[in-house]
Order: sequence, then structure tokens, then C-alpha cells
Amino acid sequence: MTAGTAQAGDPHRERRPETAQLASSSIDVDVWRGVADGRFVRYRVPREASQTVLDVVTWIQRNLDPTLAYRYACRVGMCGSCAMTVNGVARWTCRTHVDRVAAGARLELRPLSNLPVIRDLVCDMRGFFDKWAAARGRLVPTATRNDPMARVLPASRERRAADAAIECIGCGVCHASCDIVAWRPDYLGPAALNRAWTLVNDVRDGGNRARLAAVAGDAGCHACHSQASCTERCPKHLAPTASIAGLKRAVSRALLKGEL
Amino acid sequence: MSLVRGAAGAAAGQRVDFDRSRARTDATLWLLQRASAFVLAVCVVVHLATIFYAVRSGLTAAAIVARIHASIAWPAFYAVFVVAAAVHAPIGLRAIAAEWMGFQGRRADLAAVVVGVALLALGLRAIWGLAA
Ligand code: HEM
Ligand code: SF4
Ligand code: SF4
Ligand code: FES
Repeated sequence: MTAGTAQAGDPHRERRPETAQLASSSIDVDVWRGVADGRFVRYRVPREASQTVLDVVTWIQRNLDPTLAYRYACRVGMCGSCAMTVNGVARWTCRTHVDRVAAGARLELRPLSNLPVIRDLVCDMRGFFDKWAAARGRLVPTATRNDPMARVLPASRERRAADAAIECIGCGVCHASCDIVAWRPDYLGPAALNRAWTLVNDVRDGGNRARLAAVAGDAGCHACHSQASCTERCPKHLAPTASIAGLKRAVSRALLKGEL
Repeated sequence: MSLVRGAAGAAAGQRVDFDRSRARTDATLWLLQRASAFVLAVCVVVHLATIFYAVRSGLTAAAIVARIHASIAWPAFYAVFVVAAAVHAPIGLRAIAAEWMGFQGRRADLAAVVVGVALLALGLRAIWGLAA
């Protein structure tokens, strides 16, 4: 995690000749401090080549203010813990390069929208994951350990539908980007519904009757207006909008068959 | 309204309550809005095409009213149009009321029914005025 440091003797320095070509040698970063009634504090951070937004935050915490609260774990886009609002847009910060987002050598970092702030850049994700549970985002197995392994053909329609939605890392970027989540706090939101859609297509699962009823309705898939902010922003290039449309179709089919 | 409790979910400490009758109502309304939108799309096309044709062939408003008066098909067509609009618009407005004005559940349903009945009454009255 020293990628953001500018200390003399940094062993990586020599291997980064592009450092000299950076437009400016430092960047002004406004960081949200405190809880909902907090304020922005400005920090000046040295620029580095290939510097990520997470590198910037880490540099501030290590060199300027050790009390700064933020989350990360994997630093490689797998764990989903580092999402923040970067210049007004929700992003995963470990894989967001400063070059690509810092207009005019300025950064503004806030916690994710649509979730309660705990402190600084950390928000309370409980409501977000409670919605996954409410959307029945958990496999309901139909087989026991004594049964043979399920055979799911890679080319089957269900498998391909699940594949398209399965790589979610639970970062909350889509949830923070959705206007409907802001307007209807009970709306399950794109991530939970996207998860439910993978299970609707999981041939091993036996929980669809309850799941479809749980995701139907004005707090579920029918609240979505298909405006696709979630799909636009998802760092994994998933399409929760398409998953939600799939849920609407599945719910309608169940309704017409009298199974909802 | 029945609250359904899932045993598997409760065991895992999930929030498991959902309202099956609410789910059915909302899903039905959603389907009705799609179905009525389809009817509206067809009606709008027929309506515009007819007006375009009638105006091009030089019919006056009085002549159009006389023709509608003389037919059963046109009032019937516009009755279908009115019913579709009376179904479609309240469901859409209900969503907006929920998002921007915080209308929830039965209250939103009731407001939608009031708007729907009003649209139906106004529309059918207009057709009656032409046909009768
Ligand atoms: C004539 C008067 C009409 C009114 C007042 C009206 C009103 C509305 C409203 C308020 C919504 C809700 C928007 C939303 O939920 O995001 C809506 C949705 C919709 N309307 Fe209409 N509409 C009309 C005509 C039509 C026509 C002619 C069509 C068909 C081409 C149509 C197709 C739709 C569809 C497909 C939706 C669903 C959009 C969604 O839920 O995201 N509407 N309409
Ligand atoms: S497509 Fe649906 S879930 Fe995604 S941002 Fe829009 S309203 Fe929210
Ligand atoms: S769907 Fe995409 S944006 Fe939403 S939580 Fe999953 S990975 Fe993040
Ligand atoms: S730190 Fe794990 S995804 Fe960014």
C-alpha cells in the first residue's frame, strides 16, 4: 500500500518514469469528515503514476490524519468494500485511477449515497445486505449431500442468465446510484434483485415461490423504471436493469399461472 | 393482507415477512399498465391516422361529429380508448405519487381508483355527448 507515498527512497520510484509527465505534482482532495452533519476537509496529496483513488485516501490516512475512517480489503476489485462517491459518482476506489476522474487536479470524496453514514467515508451496509435477505438472495437447496452433483449445462438458458448476473461483488455502487432507492427507502434495489435473479435461474434452488412473491411489488422489481443508472455504474459491468426486467417477466408468468 | 413467514429464512435470521396479496396486487397493476399501454398505442395510431385522413379529404368538424353520431363503431372505438386511458394513467400516476408524495399501499390504490373513475366518467361523458 505504498503506491501513494512520495517519500524519498521509495523503491518503486525508478520503475515509474511516467511520474515526470504528470500534469501536476499534487492534487487537492476534499474529503467528507464526520457523520451526516459533517463537512469537507481539504488535503493536498502528491500525485503518482497509476495512482488510484484508494491510494489517495490511504496516503491521507497514513501521512496527514490517522483518524480518517474508510474501508478496503482486497485492493484488486474483488471484495466490494472500497466504494465511495468520487466527484459525485459512486465508484470502486481501488480500481479507479485518479487520472480518469480528477477534473482539474481536484477530487471530492464522500461516502456512498442512500446508506447511513457511520463516519467519514464509511457507511452502514446493514440495510443494503438486509435487502438481499429480504429478496431471498440465499440458495434454498433441494438436494442433500447423498444426492449426486447437479448437472447444469453451461449452454442452458438458465445457466447463461445466471452467469450474466453472478459476478456481483456487493459493492453497493448500483444501490447508491439508483434514484428509486432514494425515493422509496423500502425498495429492495438493484443489487438484491440482481442476486434474486441469479437464484431464479438456479435449477438447484427450490425457493422460487417465496422468492418471486418477495421480489414482486412496489418495494420490489415493479418499482424499477429501467433507467439503468445501476447498469451504467456497476464496476463489474453487470446489468441489474436486465435482471430486474427478467424478474418482472418471471413474476408476471407466475401471476398468470396462479402461482404468485 | 396476509403476512407469510418462511421457516428457512426465519432460521437464518433473515427479514422474511412479505405480503403475498400486496405482491399480487402490484404485479397485477403492472401487467394491466402494460396491457393498457398496448391498447393505447393501437388506439393512438388509429386516432391520428383517421384525423389525418379526414382532414386531408376536407371534412369539417361538424361533418366528423355527424359521422360519429351516425355510427356505432366509432363511439365503441373511443369507449375502448377511454377505458384503456382510465386504466393506464392512474397506475402510472400512482407510482409517481408513491415516489414523490410518499403515498403507500392502500392509500395509493385509493387515489388511483379515484383518478381512474374520474377519467372514465369524463371520457365516457364526452363520447355520450357525441354519440347520443
Ligand atoms: C394518453 C395518456 C397517457 C398518460 C397520461 C400516461 C401516463 C403514464 C404514467 C404517469 C406512467 C408512469 C411512468 C412510470 O411508471 O415510470 C406511464 C407509464 C407507462 N406508459 Fe403511459 N401514459 C399515456 C399514454 C401511453 C401510451 C399511448 C403508451 C403506449 C405506447 C404508454 C405506455 C406506457 C408504458 C409502457 C409505461 C410503463 C413505464 C414504466 O413503468 O417505467 N403510455 N404512463
Ligand atoms: S434500472 Fe431500476 S434498479 Fe437500476 S438504477 Fe434504474 S430504477 Fe434503479
Ligand atoms: S451489481 Fe455491480 S454495482 Fe451492484 S453491488 Fe453488484 S457489483 Fe456492485
Ligand atoms: S478494495 Fe476490494 S474491491 Fe476495492
